[in-house]
Amino acid sequence: MSEPIIKIENVNKWFGDFQVLKDINLDVSAKQKIVVCGPSGSGKSTLIRCINRLEEHQKGTIIVDGTELSENTKNIEQVRAEVGMVFQQFNLFPHLSILDNCTLAPIWVKKMAKKEAQELAMKQLEQVQIADQANKFPGQLSGGQQQRSAIARALCMQPKIMLFDEPTSALDPEMIKEVLDAMVNLAKGGMTMIVVTHEMGFAKEVADEVIFMDEGMIVEKAETKEFFANPKSDRTKLFLSQIL
Amino acid sequence: MNSLNFLKSNKQNFYYFLYLGLFLFSISILDVAINAFLKINITSFLPGILSIFLPLVLGFVGLNFIRTEYSGIKSLDIINKNINTNNFNAILTLLIIFAIIKATPPSLSWMIFDANISGDTKEACTGTGACWTYVKVWFRRFMYGMYPNDLHWRINLAFILVIALGFFGFFLRDNLKKYLALYYVIIYPIIAFLVIYYLISGGSFGLVWVETGAWGGLSLTFIVSFFCLIFCFPLGMVLALGRRSSLPMIRYISIGYIEFWRGVPLITVLFMSSVMFPMFLPEDFFMDKLVRVIIAITLFEGAYCAEVIRGGLQALPRGQYDAAKSLGMGYWKMHIFVILPQALKLVIPGICNTFLALVKDTPLIFVVGLAELAGMLALAKTNPKWLGFAMEGYIFAAIIFWIICYAMSKYSYNLEAKYKTER
Repeated sequence: MSEPIIKIENVNKWFGDFQVLKDINLDVSAKQKIVVCGPSGSGKSTLIRCINRLEEHQKGTIIVDGTELSENTKNIEQVRAEVGMVFQQFNLFPHLSILDNCTLAPIWVKKMAKKEAQELAMKQLEQVQIADQANKFPGQLSGGQQQRSAIARALCMQPKIMLFDEPTSALDPEMIKEVLDAMVNLAKGGMTMIVVTHEMGFAKEVADEVIFMDEGMIVEKAETKEFFANPKSDRTKLFLSQIL
Repeated sequence: MNSLNFLKSNKQNFYYFLYLGLFLFSISILDVAINAFLKINITSFLPGILSIFLPLVLGFVGLNFIRTEYSGIKSLDIINKNINTNNFNAILTLLIIFAIIKATPPSLSWMIFDANISGDTKEACTGTGACWTYVKVWFRRFMYGMYPNDLHWRINLAFILVIALGFFGFFLRDNLKKYLALYYVIIYPIIAFLVIYYLISGGSFGLVWVETGAWGGLSLTFIVSFFCLIFCFPLGMVLALGRRSSLPMIRYISIGYIEFWRGVPLITVLFMSSVMFPMFLPEDFFMDKLVRVIIAITLFEGAYCAEVIRGGLQALPRGQYDAAKSLGMGYWKMHIFVILPQALKLVIPGICNTFLALVKDTPLIFVVGLAELAGMLALAKTNPKWLGFAMEGYIFAAIIFWIICYAMSKYSYNLEAKYKTER
């Protein structure tokens, strides 16, 4: 295996007195797809938010593509430009059209020319099959369309790594599939992905590894087949029996 | 059952009750109206107390007859739903209608029919009504204060220029649109200041110097409001961001500033600016009184603006910040492109509120000897030749302030509608 693109070592994090992450160790190599699952409050969202420092960890080191995350804001912005993120609540900018949502960061962060950024955005929007909605505003789209726009927006920064924080949890059941399809396509394209989700079907289809977290710890980490076929810890077995 | 039907309409006799009710209601209104306008009491044959309450009783019975759940007649349903839902509301409705009718003739005759506007002296006012001659004679003073009469064109020209420059932004070419904010926040105030300074103050380009003490009237109201509005908004924005900053130093300074200025009354601030402040300045340093007042009001209102804008910032979901950060935007880019456009849109009503209060606070500058519109009134009413017409002056000022404020609030509704987005 080559040098990991994300290296998480002994990471600890507290919210006040409450410890959300306990001694997390995780290496992710390029093009690997990892699914993180676990009960709510287990720290899985916090973990991936630490990777682009939307949350800061208090102990341990996180190195993303050779850049260590620290107080240094320049490092943080560099990492964030390389790491795309998709949120549970879409978080599109409601005052901008879908196209402007997609071009805003490339133009102002990456200093891309406007025309170039628009071409790139249209390409990404075509990838997720909503190019025809490019001039609408987020409020005019369905949840599934909004989430796909959010994926396109993140991809417009041409990130090396994509983080997904429960991307389908806020969607109606019939819209989940369209978003998962877009994510499967992305995975097939060779993107490095870390996905927090409860969609076990997606995990089985795409993931190289599945991580089960509980109470701020990584309880089990195994290859996908192994994880579902014979989980080792009792906690994992219980979780899987409830969710499958 | 039959006796009940007699008091309440049903399907069969619905129209009978409707016409009877409308008839009684009209009679009651007519009675009050004749009483008020023609001073004829058509019910004078009745004993005293009954004569007074008769219209109320008739109207009440009439509205009671009209009242139905749903009739299918549109205007009737609107009346029933809005002013005639139950007995109590019916009485309130009647009392309000009567009060309006009663108040109309005396106010109309005072303001219009018995009023005077001709002539140039107090003696021309012979009627019992208002003396608009007073407003007419003093009109120029109310508009321009003590500014020399033959130089009024300079004020007019300055205002026309400033307004024209304000509209200039709308005609910018598309590729210059991104500098619009820069233009309005920095360039426009500077140009406006220069225009007003060189045209109204004069002193160069062959224009006679007119000191600010002579400025006054409505034009001074506009000048003070204009500069305070323009400067207090950016100040409020900076303070609002500062109060939410993650740097403790900036945060505490902002909180301290806001709490200090919100804690002191404007009138003391104005006194300080004119009396105390010059004591702290070096002797050869002179700052005009008007400038000091504008700075004082700006600093004061900036604190209020800050809190209004902070409300908008807090109303935005955290996800907006997360999304902007995750795309690699730094603090300023995030705020300029994502946070402020949305937050400012949310606070349009609140900002409008603050601005209206500001415009209506400008008369307070009278305490430091600057006589804007209300100040000029206070001066004019003590003029020995024109004693006793304070009322006309204040009504005139009230109308003008109302027009200004109503225009501002209308404009804010327009902005709200223009920038409305679905979430």
